[in-house]
Amino acid sequence: MREIVSQVEHPHGPKPKRLTGSRIGIYGFVVMSCIFFLMPLYVMVVTSVKTLDQIGMSQIFALPSELTLEPWITAWSSACTGLSCDGLQVGFLNSVMITVPSVALSILAGALLGYSLSLWRPRGSNILFGLLLAGAFLPYQVFIYPLVRIYAYMSLYGTLFNIVTVHVIFGLPVMTLIFRNYFASLPEELFKAARVDGAGFWRIFVSIMLPLSTPIIIVAVILQVTGVWNDFLLGTVFAGQANWPMTVQLNNIVNTTEGTRAYNVDMAATILTAAVPLVVYFLSGRWFVRGIAAGAVKG
Amino acid sequence: MEHTHAHTDTDNRTVEARSEISVSIKDVVIRYGAHTVLDQLSLDIGKNEFLVLLGPSGCGKSTLLNSIAGLLDVTEGEIWISDKNVTWAEPKDRGIGMVFQSYALYPRMTVAENMGFGLKIAGLPKAEVTARVAKAAKILQLEALLKRKPGELSGGQRQRVAIGRAMVRNVDVFLFDEPLSNLDAKLRAELRIEIKRLHQNLGNTMIYVTHDQIEAMTLADRIAVMKGGLIQQLAPPQDVYNKPRNLFVAGFIGSPGMNFFKGTLAVKKGAMVVDVDGLQIPMDGYEQSGGKIVDGMDVILGVRPEHIFLGDPAVHDASESHFQSQGRIEMIEPMGSDTMVWSKLGTQPFTARVAADDPHRVGDEAHFAIDIPKASLFCCESEERI
Repeated sequence: MREIVSQVEHPHGPKPKRLTGSRIGIYGFVVMSCIFFLMPLYVMVVTSVKTLDQIGMSQIFALPSELTLEPWITAWSSACTGLSCDGLQVGFLNSVMITVPSVALSILAGALLGYSLSLWRPRGSNILFGLLLAGAFLPYQVFIYPLVRIYAYMSLYGTLFNIVTVHVIFGLPVMTLIFRNYFASLPEELFKAARVDGAGFWRIFVSIMLPLSTPIIIVAVILQVTGVWNDFLLGTVFAGQANWPMTVQLNNIVNTTEGTRAYNVDMAATILTAAVPLVVYFLSGRWFVRGIAAGAVKG
Repeated sequence: MEHTHAHTDTDNRTVEARSEISVSIKDVVIRYGAHTVLDQLSLDIGKNEFLVLLGPSGCGKSTLLNSIAGLLDVTEGEIWISDKNVTWAEPKDRGIGMVFQSYALYPRMTVAENMGFGLKIAGLPKAEVTARVAKAAKILQLEALLKRKPGELSGGQRQRVAIGRAMVRNVDVFLFDEPLSNLDAKLRAELRIEIKRLHQNLGNTMIYVTHDQIEAMTLADRIAVMKGGLIQQLAPPQDVYNKPRNLFVAGFIGSPGMNFFKGTLAVKKGAMVVDVDGLQIPMDGYEQSGGKIVDGMDVILGVRPEHIFLGDPAVHDASESHFQSQGRIEMIEPMGSDTMVWSKLGTQPFTARVAADDPHRVGDEAHFAIDIPKASLFCCESEERI
């Protein structure tokens, strides 16, 4: 008995963990948030594998009584988007065709611009950077009509080139910002040493700076892939009907209002469209956090 | 500006004694907007000389080094290296190699690639690059590390690689920008010796920026003490230490620092006497430096801790040039090799450096003697040496 008492009153070793009120509050909040954010996903997934008959019973949270993958197949290959009935697969390919060059080009341009702004600092670079930042904060709806006119004037309106260059232009401010800040966080002496060694503008960029940029490139890829993939407005306006991205096709499937609404197909189509950014996050989440931390903390 | 011009004569004499001038800085001004970092600075550095630019942060020493390297444009003036005007030349064309505080090694390249990068860019044949890298690696004892990445090296090894990168380029002038500041004390002392040995063996001109006075004292042929974009004093280390030209240099060099006593100067029949809190200190044996002397002027008497002796006057040299006094010991700081003793002259505190086995204790009333010929006397107003 005495031993136990002394153990309790005499502090030694790790402090015993107790479940306090604030702890319970925190866990409670976390659980509530999870339910709140996962509920729509649950409904979507469940609905997408139900038959239309079961959906008709209006039990939105109920598990499917009969599993069917039919809605997924329909959404992918035969759902009607306006006049054609080829499903989302066309949009998927279009989105890939738009996203890959847009992401690659905007990152390359942003890296190059950020590199020259942060390290070479040409005359007027601060003003240029200020203007770019202003560009990042202006609502881009303002630019749409002028851009339409400009591309139409050059007979390039409604082409793949059109939509890709528009994405590069709108991606440039943020890409430049993150690369500029990243390069500015690298020790400047590295740049000086390379100059003493005789390396020029391109050599320093390719041999010294790019190999160091992996973390920030990954951040940029995530930002751009999700941004470009999720874009709806620019795609609708600039891509032209032949190149409409997946998001536009999804909208067309969901908004086709003939006969009964195929909720299960709509849900499957939505999940399919959201899958790419979701996969990107899951695969690179670790890198994403690391990249942001590297950009923010590393000296 | 006054400082630099007053110095030109001394500089020329020192440089004439050497055979050739390696680096010459002529009336260089560096300005950022309204802020002047370097003001009309002129400096000649002899061939094979080891010059240290010493000063507190913000004194312009790194700015000067960067402008010599060509990493910073000068606003006015010229820079000459090996009898060529390189004011507008690119860093790579100036015949310099540079070593940085943060080592600045290329993280994704091996040690060998780091050292050979400049040569590769210059288009040297592969065999030549390998040979030069191998030679430098041998001198710096890096042979076993050539395949490693910088991240796998210790701080000392990294800095040796950085030195090697400068060496392989076979340049006339080495520039060091606080190369040892990122290392711990023990490594710093080791690498300091290595740099000194390297200088003795290679015989290049070396310009070395530091805020560490020990590095400056141990390495330099000449030290340029800088403050506010001006060279305060340019002289061999012993001169800077023993005869500081002004109050700033006196206070900056030496650790623990020089003691300063405020007083007034009296001149009687050509002999100077400094009155410190009523104590009459005759300046017998003090060598004047030519500063203006006015009877009754305020002065500052500077005495290094090791020039104050403690103990019975009979024990020490009782020559007339030692000023004898006494005071109570207020504090004792044992430093291992020796001991610092705190006391007061009049009302003004001072430290004396005594032997580690000194018998004095706190509270003792002790005799002390100041070695006047080794003291420094400064004008209170101009802060210049008298």
